[in-house]
Amino acid sequence: MSSTAKLDVRPPRPPTAGRAPGRAKNSRGFADRTAGYVFLLPWFAGLAVFTVGPLLYSLYLSFTDYSLLQSPHWVGLANFREMFTSDPRFFHAARVTLVYVVVSVPVKLALALGVALLLNRRRRGIGVYRSLFYLPSLLGTSVAVALVWRSLFAQGGAVSDGLSSIGLPKTDFINSTTWALPAIILLACWQFGAPMVIFLAGLKQIPSELYDAVDVDGAGKWGRFRHITLPLLSPVIFFNVLLETINSFQAFTPSFIISNGTGGPADSTLFYTLYLYQRGFTDFRFGYASAMAWVLLAAVAILTALMFRVSRVWVFYGDGDNR
Amino acid sequence: MSHTAKRTSRRTSRRTTERTGSLLWHVVVIVVVLIVIYPVIWMLGTSFKPATEIVTSNSPWPLHWTLHDFTSGWSANPGVTFGRFFVNSLVISVLAVVGTLFSCSLAAYAFSRLTFRGRSVMFAGMVATILLPYHVLIVPQYAIFKTFGWINTDLPLVAPKFLATEAFFIFLMVQFMRGVPREIDEAARIDGCGPYRTFLWVLLPLTRPALITSSIFSFIWTWNDFFTQLVYLNDKSKFTVPIGLSLFVDQTGMTSYGPMMAMSVLALLPVFLFFLAFQRLLVDGATSSGLKG
Repeated sequence: MSSTAKLDVRPPRPPTAGRAPGRAKNSRGFADRTAGYVFLLPWFAGLAVFTVGPLLYSLYLSFTDYSLLQSPHWVGLANFREMFTSDPRFFHAARVTLVYVVVSVPVKLALALGVALLLNRRRRGIGVYRSLFYLPSLLGTSVAVALVWRSLFAQGGAVSDGLSSIGLPKTDFINSTTWALPAIILLACWQFGAPMVIFLAGLKQIPSELYDAVDVDGAGKWGRFRHITLPLLSPVIFFNVLLETINSFQAFTPSFIISNGTGGPADSTLFYTLYLYQRGFTDFRFGYASAMAWVLLAAVAILTALMFRVSRVWVFYGDGDNR
Repeated sequence: MSHTAKRTSRRTSRRTTERTGSLLWHVVVIVVVLIVIYPVIWMLGTSFKPATEIVTSNSPWPLHWTLHDFTSGWSANPGVTFGRFFVNSLVISVLAVVGTLFSCSLAAYAFSRLTFRGRSVMFAGMVATILLPYHVLIVPQYAIFKTFGWINTDLPLVAPKFLATEAFFIFLMVQFMRGVPREIDEAARIDGCGPYRTFLWVLLPLTRPALITSSIFSFIWTWNDFFTQLVYLNDKSKFTVPIGLSLFVDQTGMTSYGPMMAMSVLALLPVFLFFLAFQRLLVDGATSSGLKG
């Protein structure tokens, strides 16, 4: 798999590109046309039953009061009104999630880029190092690792003991309203391996002649990074920012495990998804949970659109079609 | 001193600075690797420690090795052992792999090789579903599965995979199929193969690396998945490994760390094994399609 990590969402080139349009109407062409739909049949069914159907149904539910026991009862905008006027936990959850996204994504990507730059050279053992750095990304979302984190950062855990041995006060991170969220953010940053391998592939694509050119101009290390690496890597950076942002809005397992499902202490780790889960599956307010889900969807959609818009300013596509 | 001698001495000194530079680089990288891997080492060490040692020492290396944590963790829950959880997880994960391979390879072939009306729009829609937050769908899906009578069964966890809901894998396979030369399809067509036989006998075998990568990722993600299993399974005998592990959280105090870490090690064992066997494919797969971990 040698393709680059470019966000190429264009559909692949149609196979009949070279053929005259009129010729496609022969019997073979017709068979090809229906074959496309036949191959997509499972996907169509899944899209209808498990994605688009539920999406529309949840939009309807967001305007209702629904406990699963009785049929949904239309309440208009009441759920949204409650959310925005009389539910402090909703705002709190939104703020916790926002802090998590805004801190964890840049730190994680900075780590990923830093280590990728460190590994971007011809040396023995690169493959092994690269894999070892990637390992946390495979493990990180599991309950097992969340439990490890909980134990490491708890009272008398390895982190607290380590810090006290260098003279810092002993801290029970997990039960501290100040430190519980940073501990979860650190868990996210620990999984920098996935964006790192993408950065590494991007760095490999930069032609070395370009570096030779700036060396002639007498640019130092910083100049090389600033004028060659950064602009040429910007599409990959954008891809990683986009993906990591969308993913981190959906983090659930760490906050659930580390706070034992409560979002505590004092709601300091109440992630949006955890609050949505509580509203739906412990309070049985499915209408309200659906409304929350749609607010999340709208927020993620607006943010994605915004990131695409802003990307026009800073992302550099080397092939000259820099829109 | 002759001219050549001076030059050789300069060359050897440059070679030694290069060598010390390389050594320094390895030292730096290994230190960073150790910091990053430390939680995993700590987990392994703790799982082999006796309970008293866990309280007194935070060194990742046990002074007295014991398997007691594994035996007590295995039967930590009255009435049901971790063996049951492992079987449940395995069944769900294997079925998820089968379903994903079947449905996603079909869709990927259509998107990468066939022409039909609405193809570009559908492809864009497929990519959009990758970015769709799953939490938007959970409530209505739960309501739908409830009317099917599927709550507390494996079906809500498995059936969607047979209908290509994991669009990530369609994208990964499309990316790979783009790299397969079209001349091969053309040759098959001239030999009289229709789209169905071309898919089955020509393209599918050539896509094998992407299929293996998808299988492993699909397995690991289902194996590690917590949210969906937490929502749909509520009977102890139906519980999977992640839910079994989450039960440890209720037991506070450091005495439960040993069994908890021992079961965590076992839970991650399949992931480790896949990683050791297929690290290259996994890293390349993550690179080419930008998958999350």
